[in-house]
Amino acid sequence: MLLPLLVLAPLLLAAVAFALPAARLRPRVLLAGAALHAAGVTVLWVRRPGPTLGGWLAVDAPGLLALSTVSVVFLVCAVYVQGYLAVHPERDNRVFVGSLLVLLAAMTAVSLAQHLGLLWVVIELTTLSTAPLIYFKHDALSLEATWKYLMVCSLGIALALLGTFFLALASAGPGGPRSLLVGELVAGGPALSRPWVRAAFVFLLAGYGTKMGLAPFHAWKPDAYGEAPGVLGALLSGGVTNIAFLALVRVLQVCNAAGEGPFARRSMVGIGLLSMMVAVTFIVGQRDVKRLLAYSSVEHMGILALGVGLGGAASAGAFFHMVNNGLAKSVLFLTAGNIQRAFGSKRVDQIRGAARRLPVSGAAFLAGFLAITGSPPFSPFYSELAILDGALGGRRFVVAALFLVLLAAVFVAMGAAVLRVVQGDPGDAPVPAKFRDAALTAGPPLALMLLVLLLGVWVPRRLLDLFQAAASLVGGAP
Amino acid sequence: MPSLTSFLFVLVVVLDLLVLASSRLRGAIRTVALQGALLSPLPVLLATGAHQTIHVIALALGALVVKGLVIPGMMLRAMREASIARELEPIVGFVPSLVAGAIGVVAAFTLSGALPLPIAERHALLVPTALATVWTGLLLVVTRRKAVAQVLGFVVLENGVFVFGLLLSDFMPVMVEAGVLLDLFAAVFVMGIVMFQINREFSSLDTRRLSSLRD
Repeated sequence: MLLPLLVLAPLLLAAVAFALPAARLRPRVLLAGAALHAAGVTVLWVRRPGPTLGGWLAVDAPGLLALSTVSVVFLVCAVYVQGYLAVHPERDNRVFVGSLLVLLAAMTAVSLAQHLGLLWVVIELTTLSTAPLIYFKHDALSLEATWKYLMVCSLGIALALLGTFFLALASAGPGGPRSLLVGELVAGGPALSRPWVRAAFVFLLAGYGTKMGLAPFHAWKPDAYGEAPGVLGALLSGGVTNIAFLALVRVLQVCNAAGEGPFARRSMVGIGLLSMMVAVTFIVGQRDVKRLLAYSSVEHMGILALGVGLGGAASAGAFFHMVNNGLAKSVLFLTAGNIQRAFGSKRVDQIRGAARRLPVSGAAFLAGFLAITGSPPFSPFYSELAILDGALGGRRFVVAALFLVLLAAVFVAMGAAVLRVVQGDPGDAPVPAKFRDAALTAGPPLALMLLVLLLGVWVPRRLLDLFQAAASLVGGAP
Repeated sequence: MPSLTSFLFVLVVVLDLLVLASSRLRGAIRTVALQGALLSPLPVLLATGAHQTIHVIALALGALVVKGLVIPGMMLRAMREASIARELEPIVGFVPSLVAGAIGVVAAFTLSGALPLPIAERHALLVPTALATVWTGLLLVVTRRKAVAQVLGFVVLENGVFVFGLLLSDFMPVMVEAGVLLDLFAAVFVMGIVMFQINREFSSLDTRRLSSLRD
């Protein structure tokens, strides 16, 4: 009963938020939803329930990892939203809070979905529910970003549906499972029609790759991340893109079972490296803090694709990195939102001395940058190391070299912009509003940053086992 | 009625090319409406004994109403309310996009020849028609400037996905119906044009104006 409840409870609370006449109470509903969700996910860690609804919903290792990341990031964002909405009392929060809760329900459903048709429907729901959130500022730029986001993602969604149809067709041959349940597809793998599985993979990679923001399907990302509130940037990069990655993992499971694993993994390695390269070219000289983070997200989605593409130890590293990137990128977006409010700008050349004006947010922003670019002792260092290890272990020396060079290039390019923002004296920078660090806006990213540090120092045994279990589903060389 | 079905498939592909070639927005919307209406009887025509009759008829009627009437109707209304100019002004000229469309049709036939169906074939023209229509839709979205024209391309793409889905109606009717959710997107787009008045913000529905965000 717990699994359907995890999806239904946020939906119910979204309805409450839409119906509630008092704007003041709506953020509290959001907080209640986030806390309930976190409690429910904690129960999943203690006692994992079996599949429900005819096997359509189930918890497995990659799903639990993605769901837990979503839950943590959402809880932190829900606390942050209390402070964020207090800064903007003039904006109507009905649609904002309602859409956030629908998004939580949709992301939960994606994490639990074991049926590729259901998976497609709830991924579409994540797209629809984030559109009003990107448009929250109600100005021309956010409208442009929303339009591009919807147009590009809906094309991706349509291609993903076609890919899902291909997969359904592949399962319908003689002896085939005639089903879209991942478990049944994997069990009946040898009976699937291989040419159609391959065609399905191509379309699903393009479709869900768009949602994930892999190059060359990343066109929506810099605009949406740039114009949306920082809290949505955190939810997109820490939640939505992760669960889109999860969707590709499900597809990869089926490809492996059908004997198309090598082709699929080669494609993932290629698109992963391409994403990293495209990200580097746009990070160099980037003058907008949030767009910088967006391209960093393109880079890290590329790292995830690369990791599962390499397989084996690198896959385990990719799942670890999925968690790390979700947490660290959320820190960056939440603090970038604070910095933007304190300086009235998100342009690198107009912000100076963020660490002085916002001691907590500025420091967390700098730490988040160090973490996301793979500096020890933060956790992304260890997950990137695991992916590198996997590449070397599989004797993929060219891939490993490219990976290292691209990581170094991002570190240098991103560092130049971040240090300009954080260091110096803010004396001459404009002071648009009296926005300073407060418990509700600086506390949440700080807590998340400490979690990233903790995961770098100590990873619980249970979590390590989950990475291994998730990696074994994706397959590849050990 | 194999000949009627073949005729419908051929007509759908011809309409693909016609949309690519049309320079007037209203004409293009009507062409896409006609395409949607022509697609709607296909679930009935292709039905085999295994189908539940009610299911098939509901799908056909639903397609006729949504693809043939509601979405095109909304788009024409949006054009009136947002007073959009009728000319299309594509990014890529009509002749090159027509050529690309024709290449797509040839590629669709070649590709579907290379991909043998794992199930009993419903109609030889089904897969090529679907793929050609999907390709046309993608072309339209990429090569048109006006927001309405891009939405139109999305609707054409959807029509292609719908045709392909008919292959599954025997054993996975739920998935075919899930495709209806794509129409939800189209509806959201059109409503978006009217409600958010991209027109007012940008003084025309030209997505070229949606270009302040760039690197």
